[in-house]
Amino acid sequence: MNTTYDVVVVGAGPAGLAAAIEAKKTGAGDVLIIERNDEPGGILPQCIHNGFGSVIFKKDLPGPAYAYNFIEEAKTLGIEIVLDTMVLNITPDKKITAANSRDGFLEFEAGAIILAMGCRERTRANIRVPGDRPAGVFTAGTVQRLVNIEGLMPGKNFVILGSGDIGMIMARRLTLEGANVLKVVELMPCLTGLRRNYVQCLQDFNIPLSLSTTIKRIIGKKRVEAVETVKVDESLNPISGTQETIACDSLLLSVGLIPENELSKKAGVILDPLTGGPAVDENMATNINGIYAAGNVVTIYDLVDYVSKAGMIAGTNAALYTMGKSSSPKYYRLIPGDGVRSVVPQRINTSNIALKSSSTEILIELRVLHEFDSKVFIDIMDGDKVLYSHMEKYARPAEMITLRVDTSKLAGATGDLTVVVSSK
Amino acid sequence: MERKFVCIRCPQGCEITTTLNGNGAITEITGNSCRIGADFVKAELTDARRTLTTTVRVSGGTRPLCPVWTEKPVPKDKVLDLAAQLRTITLNAPVSAGQIIIKNAAGTGINIVASAPVMAPGGK
Ligand SMILES: Cc1cc2nc3c(=O)[nH]c(=O)nc-3n(C[C@H](O)[C@H](O)[C@H](O)COP(=O)(O)OP(=O)(O)OC[C@H]3O[C@@H](n4cnc5c(N)ncnc54)[C@H](O)[C@@H]3O)c2cc1C
Ligand code: SF4
Repeated sequence: MNTTYDVVVVGAGPAGLAAAIEAKKTGAGDVLIIERNDEPGGILPQCIHNGFGSVIFKKDLPGPAYAYNFIEEAKTLGIEIVLDTMVLNITPDKKITAANSRDGFLEFEAGAIILAMGCRERTRANIRVPGDRPAGVFTAGTVQRLVNIEGLMPGKNFVILGSGDIGMIMARRLTLEGANVLKVVELMPCLTGLRRNYVQCLQDFNIPLSLSTTIKRIIGKKRVEAVETVKVDESLNPISGTQETIACDSLLLSVGLIPENELSKKAGVILDPLTGGPAVDENMATNINGIYAAGNVVTIYDLVDYVSKAGMIAGTNAALYTMGKSSSPKYYRLIPGDGVRSVVPQRINTSNIALKSSSTEILIELRVLHEFDSKVFIDIMDGDKVLYSHMEKYARPAEMITLRVDTSKLAGATGDLTVVVSSK
Repeated sequence: MERKFVCIRCPQGCEITTTLNGNGAITEITGNSCRIGADFVKAELTDARRTLTTTVRVSGGTRPLCPVWTEKPVPKDKVLDLAAQLRTITLNAPVSAGQIIIKNAAGTGINIVASAPVMAPGGK
């Protein structure tokens, strides 16, 4: 292990692995990945279900198999991965402190840094479920780790709060391991995960789903004994008289993910309150020169393939930065307009869209504010002028929309751009 | 008669409507964005299949479990039985990625293979 590296990547998940690989391929000299876990792959080793790789490998792979491809490539390229090591601090001038139980305190200097720390789960504290405080309340990702990595079954009879993908995937997983999943309850009037997961994880195993329903109370002294559910109205207020008590020994929370950005803040990276992650340009550059970010640390992605793609972009540009091949940029902002909750990237280099002749593709990831049941148009506007328009058959807040925009389409932009969704 | 499906073959999850005549034969398929969707609903009506992913115990490895999957989708009604069967076996480390765990599982002609390696302590 050296103390200076051209590129240091924080996190060896799919974003970090792809970033390190591309940085190396672009020409960065020494590339280091620092990972706090005891193996590379991020959350993929515990995502043993298939559904990964449809964009990049044109195959439907399990999470561990998807990760394996990248881990092997990183090894072949001679990328150093230091495991069991936690990054504690990053400074704006790209000094990194980390620690592990072998070497104690470690300090590194980097030419460029790529933030790829992923996300963490919302917990009971984040959503304030009232009631007793017994054992048996878990986040879905924790149970996924226990069941798929550690080989431990934390209960027999489960209720799941939240219809996110992790919750539905764990409903199936627990059923396959012989446990009973009694019900999935969802506060919102619609599914928050992908519908394919409703079909193959709940419907296939006759697991009931109650929409517009929440957990009113957790009952149990030492261990969960039951949960009390209640229906909610359109403003999400409980409807009295609709309580139902379900006897169970475990409650799983699948109530959302939050980008993990403690380190980003310490480095002076500005976060977008709409995504909870760093505001980036189309090169995945943050506001701090030489610090890039990719993956779930930037915004919560549905598909790992786009996480890897974002990692590749960050890696390429971090390497170019260390080779002195990037100039100080001028930006137009990309602003979420009507119907749009969030947009990544939040800004675009004017130099990248100045020339009609030099066309490159940029990926724009967005989420809509509410459900559109029929045909929608997603437009990128320069004032009143539509520069780019894309049609989708429908749009749902749960499903991220990826636009592949040819930069030549944006040529002639005169200022900040707005992204709007409408059913016209 | 009409039957509705959500296609599970890619994350887009198209809602597909099929019209069936009196003999149960498909006369119309609408709502799919691609051919895979049409094939999916045909299969759902005649031979519904699913990919099974689960774990198998490993002894003498750096990890207690190995993730495994059916190389190709197996008949849907075999999924729970196969999962139960896989709960009863134990492998010896090392296990390599792609290693066949069960050949011709439950007579389906489809193999169950490891989706990631499990090392023995000290490297291989
Ligand atoms: C249950 C579940 C099901 C999913 N299903 C699918 C699916 O079917 N198809 C699909 O395409 N995608 C799926 N996804 C999404 C996909 O797994 C994620 O988008 C992807 O893993 C995100 O990658 P990442 O590299 O950004 O983050 P992660 O995979 O979370 O990796 C981040 C890494 O950074 C490390 N780290 C964080 N902080 C530090 C620190 N301070 N120091 C050192 N290391 C640190 C972490 O330990 C971790 O290894 C699923 C996700 C989940 C949770
Ligand atoms: S029909 Fe095609 S596009 Fe639609 S969900 Fe199925 S595979 Fe995907």
